Amino acid sequence: MSPLRIDGLVRGQLTLDDFLKDQSFPLVEGTRVTFIFNGPAEAVHLKSWVYGLPNSQPLQKVENLDLWYLTLDIPRRSRVEYKFEVVRAGHGAWILDPLNPHRATDPFGANSVVHGEGYVVPEWTRLDPEARPGTMEPWVVKSRAFNDTRRFHVYLPARFRKTRRYPLIFVHDGPDYVRFANLKVVLDNLIHRLEIPDVIVALSGSPNRIGEYADDERHARFVTEEVVPDLEKRLPLLGTPKGRCLMGASFGGVASLSTAVRYPGFYGRLLLQSGSFAFSDIGQQNKRGPAFDPVVRFMNRFRENPTMVAEKAFISCGMHESLIYENRSLVPMLQATDMELRYVEARDGHNWENWRDRLRDGLAWLFPGPLRMVYE
Amino acid sequence: MRGVLLGPQQLRQSLGTAVELLGREGPVALITCGWQEREDQDEELSALFGRETRNLTLYARGEEVLAEDREFFNAHRARQDQLRQIQEFYRLRLERVFDAALDIDRKAQGSDIAADELRLSFEQIRRLDQEHLERVTALREAWELQMKPLERPSIARHRKALTALLRECRLLAISGGHVAVMLNRLRMFGLVELLTDQSLIAWSGGAMVTGGRVVLFHESPPEGVGISEVLDAGLQLHDGVLPLPNPKLRLKLDNAFRVGWMSRRHAPLQCVALDQGELVSFEDGRWFGAEGTVRLNPDGTLTTGWAS
Repeated sequence: MSPLRIDGLVRGQLTLDDFLKDQSFPLVEGTRVTFIFNGPAEAVHLKSWVYGLPNSQPLQKVENLDLWYLTLDIPRRSRVEYKFEVVRAGHGAWILDPLNPHRATDPFGANSVVHGEGYVVPEWTRLDPEARPGTMEPWVVKSRAFNDTRRFHVYLPARFRKTRRYPLIFVHDGPDYVRFANLKVVLDNLIHRLEIPDVIVALSGSPNRIGEYADDERHARFVTEEVVPDLEKRLPLLGTPKGRCLMGASFGGVASLSTAVRYPGFYGRLLLQSGSFAFSDIGQQNKRGPAFDPVVRFMNRFRENPTMVAEKAFISCGMHESLIYENRSLVPMLQATDMELRYVEARDGHNWENWRDRLRDGLAWLFPGPLRMVYE
Repeated sequence: MRGVLLGPQQLRQSLGTAVELLGREGPVALITCGWQEREDQDEELSALFGRETRNLTLYARGEEVLAEDREFFNAHRARQDQLRQIQEFYRLRLERVFDAALDIDRKAQGSDIAADELRLSFEQIRRLDQEHLERVTALREAWELQMKPLERPSIARHRKALTALLRECRLLAISGGHVAVMLNRLRMFGLVELLTDQSLIAWSGGAMVTGGRVVLFHESPPEGVGISEVLDAGLQLHDGVLPLPNPKLRLKLDNAFRVGWMSRRHAPLQCVALDQGELVSFEDGRWFGAEGTVRLNPDGTLTTGWAS
């Protein structure tokens, strides 16, 4: 194995200035990735959420320097989100890596990100000035199911025409998908490239997603009997199962699947990302805690009698997340129901950029665009 | 009829060469309905043709008809739904047979029965294509018989205007774009029946819809197995060639298996790959291909340029 750059510093062959000069951090040398923290501390820990690795790993101090390091094996094309815990005066503080400009944001804040060798941010996730932007229309639905009023946005494609008819995608955690997974830009780009057709997308959120997305009958009713009929009445939608898709990540994946199970055949397409499909083989509880109890009950019931609830489903999950077990378990079960299934794994975790990076695979498979029809 | 078929024009333009080859005077009747709502964004084309154009605005006219004639709109929509379904089920069959052929090719390679087995798969595909074409044609003809679109006042009015526009043009140019939309609009207004002695310039998708059959193709799409499929019969303005525009993006010309299959599958049509700016011309059933034009041969090889 060839020596790493950090070895040069540890052995005194490099000065600190030379070591830090003109480098980007963490240091990625093949599959060896070295995390660096430069500053005074009593201890420094790497906090990451990679399934199979400890959540917390100590960095080592270089003798006579305030520089800390940890080298890990990170497979090619991986994305890993992390923070440092810096202990000073007996107190640990979680911070972003000051040497790393790459950040990923989510509803809880931000993490630093290391890109393993070979990983590149897909270009179709970036703003393309040539792609005409769709519009976001505010939408209000008075919900009898929840006895309140729900507001969300509906994406209309750039060339929206009332005389056409469009497929509908109902997105759970819609605002988060737009904010953290760049969903609007992705839709604009994929439509512009003809990789997906013009689509209408309902970007719905929830004031209580952990409760409402965990197989709540009211949520399924709200989406299927209130939102979809309202959209189909007021917008030129296909209004057929193959023109209706439920999409979501994490608990949003559970909400998508459980809604489809409650209304079998109504939705023809499912896009499920890192679904929190917790189940138990004995009993109705799972190590993940009480929030998952309704999910476990739902999944156990579904596993007992899996049925074809939609014609096609796309499932993706990160190899670095603990839910990989549940998602892998779901695949053969759904295949046995004759659902048409595509399953994709990535070297990534339970995060929005993982979900962003899989959108093209999922959307283009569920809704193939007119690429075959257009010859400019 | 005389005409020129061309590859895409974005990176290398050859519309001026086509005009010179045909040597016809006067303005160009222009069809850009494949661009859909952008059909009027044709400002650059006059300069490329080196003369004035008259855009027939078939897309906008079609939208007008659909907005105005509710009965026609509903019947049209129902037919399009049917066509979409038929296409989907045909594609499903096609993919299964093609997958099976690839499997057979892998498993039977080198054995005595390999060639026979592949021939059977190939014949199945040819049969599927033919049956699909017949079904789509029958559906369309039955619909036209019932709806009599050309006799409807909403359409007849536009046909009259189109006749007047075509009267002053000796050249008809059809751009690329969405081939199903093009076919739809060209048939909606019975444009072929309105032509007199115009010569044809058609590029990319325009070249595809004006031939004997329209074949959709993309051998490495973001989804699916990448097998080509027949969409419909074309407008029969030229015969003998199946134009395949933009081969660098859409074809695997280095794959002899695919090249050979494509060529034999659509025989007796001659598959011709038209890269950016490349062209072939025709006159009375004879074809002339420029140097950069590539023909796909039944044995999986390629031939550059030809004169028939």
